[in-house]
Amino acid sequence: MIKKIVLPLLTLPFGALAQDNMTADVMRSNGKIYVVITVAAIVIAIAGIYMITIDRKVSRLEKRIKK
Amino acid sequence: MGFLGPVPAMPILHETIRNLYFHVTMWMGMLILLLVNAICGIIYLSNGKWYYDVVADECARVGMVFATAGLITGMVWANYTWGAPWVNDPQLNGAAATMLLYAAYFILRGAVPDENKKARLAAVYGIFAFVMMFVFIMVLPKMTDSLHPGKGGNPGFNKYDLDSNMRSVFYPAVIGWTLLGTWMMSLRVRYRKLERIIEEQEP
Repeated sequence: MIKKIVLPLLTLPFGALAQDNMTADVMRSNGKIYVVITVAAIVIAIAGIYMITIDRKVSRLEKRIKK
Repeated sequence: MGFLGPVPAMPILHETIRNLYFHVTMWMGMLILLLVNAICGIIYLSNGKWYYDVVADECARVGMVFATAGLITGMVWANYTWGAPWVNDPQLNGAAATMLLYAAYFILRGAVPDENKKARLAAVYGIFAFVMMFVFIMVLPKMTDSLHPGKGGNPGFNKYDLDSNMRSVFYPAVIGWTLLGTWMMSLRVRYRKLERIIEEQEP
């Protein structure tokens, strides 16, 4: 699910444009620093999503204990 | 430090050299978790305690989450430095093969209904999978041409790029992600323990 949503968003709109001109698009501006920000955001997002799924599993367990 | 610390200036890579702190640390975390998986497999085979089987299982799960993160970040990074999200690089194919290997691990776990048999099979398979994984992502890319640094005639990061400034961020980041992975894994193991207690009490 994550792959399906995130990947096209990240790779399609900025790809293949202005390979030789560094400042021509957002992702390649400022020494490609936005690539780093994207990568960091993905890592944090995946860790966050994973923690949320664990949280939901624990909540379900708590409900079962209450029953 | 990850964003603002001093880094060596490199052509093509530019600032993306900072991805070393986010992308490579993911794979390091995965390697360590899968190593724990293999070790737990060995321990399980020697003493047969349920706990080690669960730890091995959850290590593989969290390891695959890290691998997914590593693969996606790697594809984004490759898109802006190598020109395409997926180049036919032995390292990339090795990483994909690793994910398939561990996908097979989960399928194996799901396919065998008997608890003890499942745990034994999974432990043996996990040990083999770790060895295969090591060959796929550490050995094979070194023997052929790869775009990854340090592989197949490409100069490694350690030689001149990974200077002491980058090391001072990189190693703590590896340790941090490993600890975070361990924490996630232990949470899941505790969850499984509780689940088992409940299932024993409920008829």
